[in-house]
Amino acid sequence: MDSGQLFNITTIAYFAGMVLFFAYLATKNRTVAFVANLVTFVGFLFNTAALGMRWYESYQILGEDGRAPLTNLYESVVFFAWTIVLIYLLIDLKYKQRAVGAFVMPFALFSMLGAQMWLNAGIDPLVPALQSNWLTYHVITCFLGYAAFAVACGVSIMYLIKIGKEEKQEGNEQMTGLLSVFPSCRILDDINYRAIMIGFPLLTLGIITGAAWANYAWGTYWSWDPKETWSLIVWFIYAAFLHARFTRGWVGRRAAWLSIIGFAATLFCYLGVNLVLSGLHSYGGS
Amino acid sequence: MTSASGAGYSYQICHFSPSDRFIQENIALTENITDTPAKENHADKIWDFFCSLKLTIIILLLLAVTSIIGTVIQQNAPAAEYIREYGEANYKLFQTLQFTDMYHSWWFVGLLALFSINLICCSIKHFPRVWKFVKEPTLVPSAGILKNSPNRLEVTSKESRQVLNTRLQNFLKKDFTAATETEQDGKTYLFAQKGIFSRFGAYTTHLSILIIMAGAIIGNVWGYKAVVNIVEGTSTDQVWLRSNSQPVKLGFTVRCDNFDVSYYGNSRRPKDYNSDLVVLENGQEILRKRIEVNDPLTYKGITFYQSSYGPAGSGFFKMKVTENASGKVMNLSARMGEQVKLPGGYAFAISDFTDSGRFGPAARVHVKTPEGRNGTPFMVLKDYPDFDVRRGGQFSFTLLSYEQPQFTGLQVAKDPGVEIVWLGCFLMVFGSMAAFFFSHRRIWVCLEDEGGKTKVTIAANAHRNQAGFSLAFDEMKQKLEAAIENKSPVKEG
Ligand code: HEM
Repeated sequence: MDSGQLFNITTIAYFAGMVLFFAYLATKNRTVAFVANLVTFVGFLFNTAALGMRWYESYQILGEDGRAPLTNLYESVVFFAWTIVLIYLLIDLKYKQRAVGAFVMPFALFSMLGAQMWLNAGIDPLVPALQSNWLTYHVITCFLGYAAFAVACGVSIMYLIKIGKEEKQEGNEQMTGLLSVFPSCRILDDINYRAIMIGFPLLTLGIITGAAWANYAWGTYWSWDPKETWSLIVWFIYAAFLHARFTRGWVGRRAAWLSIIGFAATLFCYLGVNLVLSGLHSYGGS
Repeated sequence: MTSASGAGYSYQICHFSPSDRFIQENIALTENITDTPAKENHADKIWDFFCSLKLTIIILLLLAVTSIIGTVIQQNAPAAEYIREYGEANYKLFQTLQFTDMYHSWWFVGLLALFSINLICCSIKHFPRVWKFVKEPTLVPSAGILKNSPNRLEVTSKESRQVLNTRLQNFLKKDFTAATETEQDGKTYLFAQKGIFSRFGAYTTHLSILIIMAGAIIGNVWGYKAVVNIVEGTSTDQVWLRSNSQPVKLGFTVRCDNFDVSYYGNSRRPKDYNSDLVVLENGQEILRKRIEVNDPLTYKGITFYQSSYGPAGSGFFKMKVTENASGKVMNLSARMGEQVKLPGGYAFAISDFTDSGRFGPAARVHVKTPEGRNGTPFMVLKDYPDFDVRRGGQFSFTLLSYEQPQFTGLQVAKDPGVEIVWLGCFLMVFGSMAAFFFSHRRIWVCLEDEGGKTKVTIAANAHRNQAGFSLAFDEMKQKLEAAIENKSPVKEG
């Protein structure tokens, strides 16, 4: 089986996982949630295998110039899907709040679909500037950070949906319908914070490894190119989020909105800069 | 469960500025606070302004928003480009607001300066209090902590104070960390804490930001960015600044002995390019290194990065020429366009060269007769050495090789601040790990006799991530109750 087929299976599994999570919201049946998680996990295994296979294929196609599959837009997007599901599964280990899957899996699924529909999956040799181990560290840390922000954004959306309803309700009345399987607002708020707390140091590391790489390749660790600047913008937003939270008690709604804005900026940093702005970065146009 | 919006649950704040209302509401929970917002003069007001956390958040968001400008408007482009794209009037405006080089504009640098001042003031203000946590831990909790802490447990037990003391101490030692015991006013207090170092995480992180900024400033003031092109076989002792193309002396000489490009397979996609560089001082060879992209050479704080290459002047052709009449063979070299003498008053010149044709490298040769007439030009192919024999002229030509000298394009950087920047980055990673993934957690136990029974009050707090700690404490509560009763905890479900 080649990596393309493995990626197809991954996409199908993520799609099935997402549909099952939606079914869980509708049926409130815990078995459905369990199956959804299982399917997602299987998809994750295929995603992992596909990345490994692509790595192996790069050696078959390019001989000794093979490399980790983290060098063009296609590879970064499928890796992004992988990191999102990884972070979801880690958070699931701790919180066992499966409803979160319904709001996180769409990000992973759209990444996979986007990569397969619009992006060039060719394995091309690397231009000299990209031949650096720093590139690998840089991509891994950045994307783990982005994925944590995606999860934070997903639970923030859940929070905003739920809190609106909750406030309309009287006292201890039990929630009915879809919302009853949502984790409590307190837990959603906590997951939002934790995910950002995981993502922020990873983004910091991503920016630092990027700077180290630029310094090796060009002799400037920072040159204010649009990609660098946007990653700093994202960093400022989440730094503001964290400070607002632990020093001014910004929790709940405002934290959720800031988290959504932060992820919008993250997406712009990742895709918008290439599609809308021009820069030095290799992902542009490919 | 309560909703988390607003001040749904109390966040204990261990630092405050008098202007922060939210924080004032929480003073009741905060021990160790000594400064009171009594009378304020102007100096205090200015100080408070620079210490304010509201200011921090505003600056962070302002930096985020204003940074966008420089990603939308191209930076440091020629004036004509701005005028073409935005018109004359807008260009004037851009210049006034320094949008064409905004990251070095007075207002952006000013914002960064304000950011650092804010950071320094905050740290000066809050550090002594954090230090106090280490020097003078709150062994005996205030009534406020015991009564108002969001994480508390109150039980009354038939057991004696001594017994409970031992049980709880054992429990804390096993499940948390060893406790300190204090007797005061006829009550027994236990205090246990974990992760105090994480209180310093934020300070390390903040210090690291200042260190990185200092490194950047040092690099800007005492360093430079320059470029130089060195033709193979030649050397240079100066480089040209990237900003204004002024020459700068290196203080030593760099020679490029050889430059090579390798391609992927048969494609024109460069795989690698590298230069053999030699550093010379007073004619003495000091250092020699083959540099390539991502692998520079550093000498005396100046680093040379492989960045580009290109052809330098015209190349050399090595030709084998056979005089057909005599069979005499000559090895001659020729530059493009140069006339090279042949026996009998003849001469030849090469007027064109290509190496991308269907038949490989090919040179166009002209032969001039002794009378000065130019013959018809013909092609000589390197890959088909006998091809020209069939032309049947006075001479047959074979192209042996063509050598095009290259120049190697180097970026040159002197950055005495870069190590400081890396030190800052290192501290930032460790500082934020300490701050984010650990928190200072404290547990107080108060044991008091109450009519033959013992009242146990337990309060706990974490200096950060109270929500998460509350969840953890909820779990711990059951174990604590079990420890008090000396039972193993009841498993859920
Ligand atoms: C963007 C850069 C910044 C980062 C990454 C950062 C990081 C942090 C971190 C990790 C904490 C955690 C504190 C805790 O343990 O609760 C923190 C707290 C804090 N930050 Fe920052 N910070 C930044 C900028 C600033 C600035 C510019 C100020 C200036 C006033 C500031 C003021 C504070 C204060 C006062 C605290 C609370 C310290 C304490 O717990 O006593 N931060 N910051």
